[in-house]
Amino acid sequence: MSSSAPAESYPTAMQEGLHGCAVCGLISRPAPGAEEGRCPRCNEELAFRKRASVQRTWAYLLAAAICYVPANLLPVLTTTTATGTESDTILQGVVLLWSPTGWPLSLIVLVASIMIPSAKILALAYLLVTAQRGSVKNNTQRVRLYRVVEFIGRWSMVDVFVDTFTAALIQLQPLMSVAPAPGLLFFAAVVVLTMLAAESFDPRLIWDAANSKEEVHG
Amino acid sequence: MAEGERPPQRIAESRGLPRSRTRLSLVWFIPIVAALVGVWVAVTRIMGEGPVVTLVFQSAEGLEAGKTKVHYNGVDIGTVTAIRLSQDHKRVIITIQMAPKTDEFLVQDTRFWVVRPRISGANVTGLGTLISGAYIGMEIGSSKVRRRDFVGLETQPVITGEMAGRFFVLKTPDLGSLDTGTPVFFRRLQVGEVSSYALDPDGKLLTVMVFVRTPYDQYVNPNTRFWHASGIDVSVSASGLKVQTQSVLSILIGGIAFETDPTLPVRPPAEADSVFRLYGDRAAAFQPAPENPQTYQLIFNESVRGLAAGAPVEFRGIPIGEVTDVRAQIDLKNFQFSVPVTIQLDPRRLGVKVLGTAAGVGFETLRHRLIDSLVGHGVRAQLRTGNLLTGAVYVALDIFPGAAPATVDWSQQPVRLPTIPGQLEQTEASINDIIQKLNKMPLQQIGENLQKALGDLDLTLVSARGTLVSAQGTLGNASNLTAPNSVQVQQLDATLQEVSRAARSVRLLTDYLERHPEALIRGKKGEAK
Repeated sequence: MSSSAPAESYPTAMQEGLHGCAVCGLISRPAPGAEEGRCPRCNEELAFRKRASVQRTWAYLLAAAICYVPANLLPVLTTTTATGTESDTILQGVVLLWSPTGWPLSLIVLVASIMIPSAKILALAYLLVTAQRGSVKNNTQRVRLYRVVEFIGRWSMVDVFVDTFTAALIQLQPLMSVAPAPGLLFFAAVVVLTMLAAESFDPRLIWDAANSKEEVHG
Repeated sequence: MAEGERPPQRIAESRGLPRSRTRLSLVWFIPIVAALVGVWVAVTRIMGEGPVVTLVFQSAEGLEAGKTKVHYNGVDIGTVTAIRLSQDHKRVIITIQMAPKTDEFLVQDTRFWVVRPRISGANVTGLGTLISGAYIGMEIGSSKVRRRDFVGLETQPVITGEMAGRFFVLKTPDLGSLDTGTPVFFRRLQVGEVSSYALDPDGKLLTVMVFVRTPYDQYVNPNTRFWHASGIDVSVSASGLKVQTQSVLSILIGGIAFETDPTLPVRPPAEADSVFRLYGDRAAAFQPAPENPQTYQLIFNESVRGLAAGAPVEFRGIPIGEVTDVRAQIDLKNFQFSVPVTIQLDPRRLGVKVLGTAAGVGFETLRHRLIDSLVGHGVRAQLRTGNLLTGAVYVALDIFPGAAPATVDWSQQPVRLPTIPGQLEQTEASINDIIQKLNKMPLQQIGENLQKALGDLDLTLVSARGTLVSAQGTLGNASNLTAPNSVQVQQLDATLQEVSRAARSVRLLTDYLERHPEALIRGKKGEAK
């Protein structure tokens, strides 16, 4: 174990049998035979890795994937004008906005509302699969991917906000009014569930395989 | 547990945690819930998918796939999903995704039509479609047989089955300004509309279907009269000008009014689809139908220009009947033209007071007696000009005391009434007489003679001129003779003085003789002495 060795060659807290308290920073050692415990100082729950991280992430991700279908198939916005009532799904909105001058807006909606949620789901699924398989390749990229997913998560909520603001502001009753449609609920669920999934995923799992391999080798 | 470099005692030992219960995390509850909700939504969507209907229209003008809705009583119950042409490219097939639970609406006699803005007189319907575009209207049938493909109506029905009321059939020879949607008035209240009209197969009459809404339909009974209430009825009477209209609306677009003669006994409301006659105006509608109309024939030898069937027959200005037929007739034996005019008289309008209807004397006998006595008193038919502008002519029955005696031949059918030439005809005849007399004058001969005489005159004039010249000379001499200084005048003067003197002596003589008449015998006294 030399100082010039790669970062993988140094032990992790788990390998050392230690866990740090995320609240008060106290390092403690689990009771013999146990893997988890409570911080002796602040009584925070302690674990080497996030509890049932993979399982929970999978559960959230699955729920998000399920919700993604109705979010795209059901209308998100109901516009009532003098000419009649119209309900539009996200994709219809994209098509509606698509025009020689308005295409950037259309593109924003397409990216923010359709591509990002699906990309998030796919990215998390990829991270989970590779973590479960114990893959050691592209660790750095995978962590970067995770960071992007975690960062971008909250911004997907913008769509929901835009919709609700429009609904609240455009209430010119006899002429025009806008109301959220059921699809929006599912879309919000997709965003929240992907955020929860990203939250419940423990990025340390990406490195555990590498560490264990190191152990085997070492 | 790997041993670190740091002494173990320096690291606190975390408190034990009760052993985690199940290996399956409660978090799986979330995707299960999500899946359940998703499945539920999907199921309600699929279950909620209404029936798909296909309609056949002549044209899909104004219809748009994905936009055009199907409205029933203003409720959106379906959307057009596809529009395509039929196999033969002549019609348009429209696919409609109906709202859920509309299966029971789609029965055998359900009707569909395209609602477009329609401005027909009173009814401005479908104004909303100006903004929203056309939509498909429907009327739900009462049949129980389900159906999925329909043939759409090309024209929007004015009255749909949901309205309570009754249809009545009107027969009219003239549609006038009627159209579907034309209002039907009862006491100037709009109570219904014209729903449709069609020409009868024989082409003689039009059948107009009118719809009268409940509760007004109860006022239509078999005695009810319908008439065209369009326009303005202006009548000038001794009491002044009278303008009668229905409503402003009916002036503009026409209408139908109905009323029941209040003098007639009240009868139960008419059955739906009862047939009525549509009269031209209110007066015609309430004119009592001729009872026992009597047909007579009038033979006119004059032109009947301006006389048409329907022209009135008036007795001293009171209409008592009308002309029913006018035709020409040639008697080849005598080569005589005549115009038999058939008239129909309503005896009731003549208001004949039958004095003492003797028992056993039939109506016919009375009529014979009446007509005989009228003709005996000089009643004759005459053509008169009713309107100088149009040249319309009517038949006047009037008493002409000086008319040539005539009798009625009751053996003929129809009975002929004697006629006399019309006023104009009479004038014309006398003018004709004069013209004919003028014609008879030998104008040409006169002219020739005159011309000859003029030639002679010319010669005469030449000689006359010579005569005149000599006459002038003579007159000049005469003038010389009469000049004041002429010898003749002086001689005349002297002569006249002489005469004057002589006259004086004569006077003296006569005076003397008057005083002494005996002097004639005895001579002057003085002289005698």
